[in-house]
Amino acid sequence: MGKVVEIRWHGRGGQGAKTASLLLADAAFNTGKFIQGFPEYGPERMGAPITAYNRISDTRLTIHSNIYEPDYVVVVDDTLLTTVDVTSGLKENGAIIINTTKSPDEVKPQLKGYKGKVCTIDARTISIDTLGRYFPNTPMLGAVVKVSGVMNQDEFLKDMVGSFKHKFAKKPEVVDGNIKALERSMQEVKGL
Amino acid sequence: MAIRERLSGNEAIATAMKQINPDVVAAFPITPSTEVPQYFSTFVADGAVDTEFVAVESEHSALSACVGASAAGGRTMTATSANGLALMWEVLYIASSLRLPIILACVNRTLSGPLNIHNDHSDSMGARDSGWIQIYSENNQEAYDNMLMASRIAEHPDVLLPVMVCQDGFITSHAIENIDLVEDSKVKDFVGEYVPDMYLLNKENPIAVGPLDHFTHCFEHKRQQAEAMKIAKKVILQVSEEFSRLTGRNYSLFEEYMTQDAEVVTVVLNSTAGTAKYVVDQLRAQGKKVGLIKPRVFRPFPVDELATALSRFKAVAVMDKAESFNAAGGPLYTDITSALYSKGVFGPKLVNYIYGLGGRDVKADDIEFVYNQLLEITGTGKVDSVFNYLGVRE
Repeated sequence: MGKVVEIRWHGRGGQGAKTASLLLADAAFNTGKFIQGFPEYGPERMGAPITAYNRISDTRLTIHSNIYEPDYVVVVDDTLLTTVDVTSGLKENGAIIINTTKSPDEVKPQLKGYKGKVCTIDARTISIDTLGRYFPNTPMLGAVVKVSGVMNQDEFLKDMVGSFKHKFAKKPEVVDGNIKALERSMQEVKGL
Repeated sequence: MAIRERLSGNEAIATAMKQINPDVVAAFPITPSTEVPQYFSTFVADGAVDTEFVAVESEHSALSACVGASAAGGRTMTATSANGLALMWEVLYIASSLRLPIILACVNRTLSGPLNIHNDHSDSMGARDSGWIQIYSENNQEAYDNMLMASRIAEHPDVLLPVMVCQDGFITSHAIENIDLVEDSKVKDFVGEYVPDMYLLNKENPIAVGPLDHFTHCFEHKRQQAEAMKIAKKVILQVSEEFSRLTGRNYSLFEEYMTQDAEVVTVVLNSTAGTAKYVVDQLRAQGKKVGLIKPRVFRPFPVDELATALSRFKAVAVMDKAESFNAAGGPLYTDITSALYSKGVFGPKLVNYIYGLGGRDVKADDIEFVYNQLLEITGTGKVDSVFNYLGVRE
């Protein structure tokens, strides 16, 4: 059995955490991996905490349970740090990636003594600079690819151009902004 | 060459339907099967299929429209879940007894109440005596493959029974995973044209469908229907064999995983069978002789084949994702014990676990616990508790 990378996403309904997990699955699929991308459905309310998952592997995946001991956790909204046990089961040789304006050292006290790597990214500023509006999922996707090294970064960026062109076929003007958001988040993520 | 793709289970079902291009699809949305008619209606709108899509006002009407369309001579499909299937109830029996080869994609969800949108098998298990062939799918690939095979099985002149293709709601229906698709032209050749022998719109040979059928003939019709279900087993194997030649993917009445020298096995349907495979791999690495039996075809029930297969093991845990409320085990367990008894198989120690009701997540640890219980039984030769619940707070 090859190494399986497991990722858990925490976000709020409407922020695109589910979409980001599906985009990550897509990108990994396009680099030849076996993938799973699935959300945990609850009451579907805008703003309610939601969880989504990814498994990425070189061999076929058969397990169909949620992820309890992830390698990486992505927190799309830092207000969740006080309400959701985001580091639950997170492996200490893994990392948590948080969307916040704070530095890794500033958020550490909120992470219940998590001893692994803590990374932060200001997805709001990046999103507003590159897309003109607050869509945190694209910068978070860039950050998780950078931090996890789950796939080759150049291949990932190349592939995402194609994905965005397809996804935004009716709004081609946002493709460049999304790519810029990915590139900037990969450069600006702190705590590596 | 197979087409490498990534699709959710619902996308896989809708893709199979697009490739089959049925004459009529009638459906009413209900979570988690809603995406199936949703995606399919976009194929209709885009002209990718020339299907007549009937948007109805309830599931009772959806299946009634399917009955009408199928009796008229059309290849007919629908999709539903949970209470949608429950609302189809009386029409389920009508479809099968009128011998209409309708295909239903059942995205398994807990039957209310309490209100719950998540997965268990209470919906399709309740319909197990309705005369429908039931085929279960571990993942998106199997849901797709089973859907491609369903029409061939249903429409076989010796069968003529409706087929329900089941998969786990959300767990596989909404999970994106790798899948190998068959090319459109190959699907078309494999599924073929539907040429019914007798149908309402055939003016050369007018027939009546569903007239009054009292004690003079009704019993004979039920007997024939039961015979068709028996024959379906052979036809399912024939169609699966042909599908295997097309795709290289092998299907039978059930799948055996690592059973060759296994001492204990679990018997489990749908997505949890995948989790059980993962656990079997881990326990095998520790030298434990564990395996898995995954029933694919639940109706007709493979009585002889399962009894023979299970006779080799020392202990068997039958896993049910549905509660029968009979105070004596879930539906898969009672069918398996009945099969073993009627075939004179008394060797294996049997236990039942009801698990995952209402979408309670089934963890690898849960399945590992079951295997360890089975291994303990082989050690002591004693079964302390036949009827058990897995992962519930008592």
